[in-house]
Amino acid sequence: MPLLAKARSFFRNLFFFDRRDSDLDQELRSHLGMLIEENIRAGMPPGEAQRAARIELGGSEQVKEQVREVQMGNWLHSVASDCRYGLRQLRKNPGFTAVAVLTLAVAIGANAVVFAVLNALILHPLNLPDADSLYGIQHGNEASSYQSYPDYLDLRDRNHTFDGLAAYNAGQAGLDTGENPSRVWLYEVSGNYFDVLGIHPYLGRVFHDSDEHGANSAPYIVLSYAYWHTHFQDDRGVAGRKVQLNKHPFTIVGVAPPEFHGTLVFFNPDFFVPIVNQEQVESENLLTTRGKRWVFMTMGHLKTGVTLPQAVADLNSIGSYLEKTYPKDDDQRSFTLARPGLYGDYLGKPMRAFMIGVMLLAGLILLAACANLGSLFAARAADRSREVALRLALGASRTRVLRQLFTEALLLSLLGGAVGLSGSVVLLRALSVWQPFSKWPVHVPVNPDANVYALALLLTLASGILFGAVPVRQALHTDPYEIVKSGSLARVGRRITVRDLLLALQIAICALLVTASMVAVRGLQRSLHSNFGFEPRNVMLVDTELSMADYRGDAVPRMQKRIIDDLEKIAGVESVGLIDAAPLVAGGYNGSLAFTDDKTDLRSSNAAADAFKFSISPEYFHATSTALLSGRAFTWHDDKDSPRVAVINQEFARKVFGSATNAVGGYYKTPDGTRLQVVGLDKTGKYRRLTEDPEPAMFLPILQSPSSQTYLAVRSDRNPEQLVAAIRSTVRDLDASLPLYIESWNKGLDTALFASRVAAMALGVLGTMGAMLSITGIFGMAAYSISKRLKELGIRMALGAQRKEVLQAALGRAFKLLAFGSAAGLLLGILASRVLAFIVYQATPRDPLVLTGVVLAMALIGLLAAWIPAHRALSIDPATLLREE
Amino acid sequence: MKQEQTALLQGTLDMLILKSLLAGELHGLGVSRRILQLSGGTFSVKPGSLFPALHRMEEEGWISAFWGDSENNRRAKYYRLTKAGRKQLEGETQKWARISSAIARALEAS
Repeated sequence: MPLLAKARSFFRNLFFFDRRDSDLDQELRSHLGMLIEENIRAGMPPGEAQRAARIELGGSEQVKEQVREVQMGNWLHSVASDCRYGLRQLRKNPGFTAVAVLTLAVAIGANAVVFAVLNALILHPLNLPDADSLYGIQHGNEASSYQSYPDYLDLRDRNHTFDGLAAYNAGQAGLDTGENPSRVWLYEVSGNYFDVLGIHPYLGRVFHDSDEHGANSAPYIVLSYAYWHTHFQDDRGVAGRKVQLNKHPFTIVGVAPPEFHGTLVFFNPDFFVPIVNQEQVESENLLTTRGKRWVFMTMGHLKTGVTLPQAVADLNSIGSYLEKTYPKDDDQRSFTLARPGLYGDYLGKPMRAFMIGVMLLAGLILLAACANLGSLFAARAADRSREVALRLALGASRTRVLRQLFTEALLLSLLGGAVGLSGSVVLLRALSVWQPFSKWPVHVPVNPDANVYALALLLTLASGILFGAVPVRQALHTDPYEIVKSGSLARVGRRITVRDLLLALQIAICALLVTASMVAVRGLQRSLHSNFGFEPRNVMLVDTELSMADYRGDAVPRMQKRIIDDLEKIAGVESVGLIDAAPLVAGGYNGSLAFTDDKTDLRSSNAAADAFKFSISPEYFHATSTALLSGRAFTWHDDKDSPRVAVINQEFARKVFGSATNAVGGYYKTPDGTRLQVVGLDKTGKYRRLTEDPEPAMFLPILQSPSSQTYLAVRSDRNPEQLVAAIRSTVRDLDASLPLYIESWNKGLDTALFASRVAAMALGVLGTMGAMLSITGIFGMAAYSISKRLKELGIRMALGAQRKEVLQAALGRAFKLLAFGSAAGLLLGILASRVLAFIVYQATPRDPLVLTGVVLAMALIGLLAAWIPAHRALSIDPATLLREE
Repeated sequence: MKQEQTALLQGTLDMLILKSLLAGELHGLGVSRRILQLSGGTFSVKPGSLFPALHRMEEEGWISAFWGDSENNRRAKYYRLTKAGRKQLEGETQKWARISSAIARALEAS
């Protein structure tokens, strides 16, 4: 019953508000009437009786307001009227509203975008069932996860802590469906791969453990949904179809579900083949070689109840078994676990650090935006103190006035949040379909989900409350009588206020961002002109894989020689060099241990260096303009029948021979016991990444160390388009089934520079945003303090103050804050650059250009922000001003 | 009006209003005068607390309101006790008796 009554009165109050109000009005009037009657009966004269009755009743509006406050459903009405009033206020100040909404939109939008990326890539990297218990096995001593296939089998069969252990390797192959042979990206996966991950086919079937019967026993293909969609036109009868993979017959057995894109976040393969057929994909059987670590990653779900340390201990006991049993191949085998989606800690760690850093910066920007809007709000609240006082005097309670202020703040933040979120959704959608490199199947799947929307709403409300709270104290301490009497309070604070600190903090953040982005941009610029060890300008890279057209054994170098010879005949081609994996472009590189010549026990702990291993043709150094420091390059006579030779880099010489001087002519050994004589020495370049430390590398003649993987560096200053066409037709004349990928080496370097570019871009955007916020912040503060001190400044001028002194009085404080904040930010930026150095090559703040740049930028910001307020201060006419009041 | 006084009076004011309506329906001024009479002139309830309390209690369903004519033929809003209100009064009275006797005991004990 009481509940029903409550509901009834709620609706009555909500929908019959007017009647309810007039009812209350009537009740109070009749009450007053009765009081007067009572007084008259007690013998008062009518005038006196009325006066006494009114005194007893008190303010009838206050009584009504108090009654309304206890009425249910009434708050909805007052909130609605607050909103209407707030919207009216915002419409009345379009400039203020626009600035506030824009500031918030930018700040909240930035947070939404950064969080969406963080959410998609770091927090929920793989969209798989039970992804929480899925771990990849990583080496204990480095952030790498490569295993040899026999080691994988031992790990799979000997562990007690995983619910099945799957393995995969990413690779490329030539696919011939009867039309044009094309290059495809695939995963070679263990038979249990789909079962361990819990993936069920969308169409047909996937393969299982039971399909594996030794090498090349399972010529099956499971297509990814996307590839099936684009290349097989959603043909539901695709299962059972025969295709040629690297000229070997394979059967398509099924299609993976649409939401499954493999197990490396950015890298979506076109299809999956069993890892036991590895030889047909890579034209070299590695299934039984224990010393060769080529399986990209092994992973599995931990059994329920198994903790990480338990699993690691279990793996390490297998590791020590492997060390003991295969001392030559398996040395120092210890393991850790990491999330598989971002290649373990290799990408995961720096990306996590970077994303968290950017998230923090975005949060700071939002905070700065709130601080700015807070001071704008406070300024407005001060300007509106008369209005507030009037409302208080007319019977509004202080809570009502506060609620009004908060309603306005929330309205603004909701508007800003809506604009910011819709902007960021557009951006994220674009980012999700974007493919940064045409050659690699790389995607950035960052579509916003419910988490992103929730966070945006939360930030919106929080920032509304935050900046709405700034003027609260002011409103609470309003004394209506004083303000109505004296006009606005022209009290000028001399001490440091919270607002000053906020502004200084904000300037510091801005300076930090400007510093960081300049460091990143300079680093990027320098890395474009740095020494890679080769000269990528005017070099076209032709990427092909001879095994895709089924060349093997001696046919490989024969064909390579023919291609080189024919390409050299193209008009305008200066020279053609061959390398099996082009530095900074190829993505995957071979490595080999190297031992000093006196070692006889060739276990890996005895190795002097773990070096990159490149197979090159004699003209490679010439074609890439790599000058040898000493010794000679190879000739076509360095073949299988002549002594084994190598060209090494300085780092290799330092590590294996102790110094560069006595390296040429010396010998070293590789793990299989081969002695190689060093015939040449070249400068240490960059091989895998621009940010890598100097790495040892050895170059071997292609005839002594054959490889079907082929990059041809064609140096020519001919028009690139014509050159590409000429190269294509030349190779097609030799063998039409060879899939080619041609791009300039500089273009290929985009991949290597991608991370630095993204970092520089993100920091640049954040820096611009920070600068914008600082400008509005300084502008707001300077303009406000001048408007509050107009009278004082006018008097100063009337008493003979010079322009310089007036400016100092008006803007001195803002500039002090600017200087202080910039210094702090610059310092922080220099510290933060250490983090940046992981991503951007040669990111260093110890660069005079960066330092002057930051100082100039901050000065410019100050100048821009103070321009209008300074003008206003200088154009004060004391006579007019003093007459006004 | 001082803040702490309202807080203290909140419960007791409700009880006094319910009590004043026990004998029959009254309008606002009537309630105020009846409380003054019942308390021997100690409690004078001002409209600023009386009306919010009346409206709140009406929403709680303890009292119901209707328009009627006063002694002097003036339209006035009358309040009367509902069944729920009667039960509330009983409960409040018992609680109050417990509290006051406990406080009295506590004060004597020193």
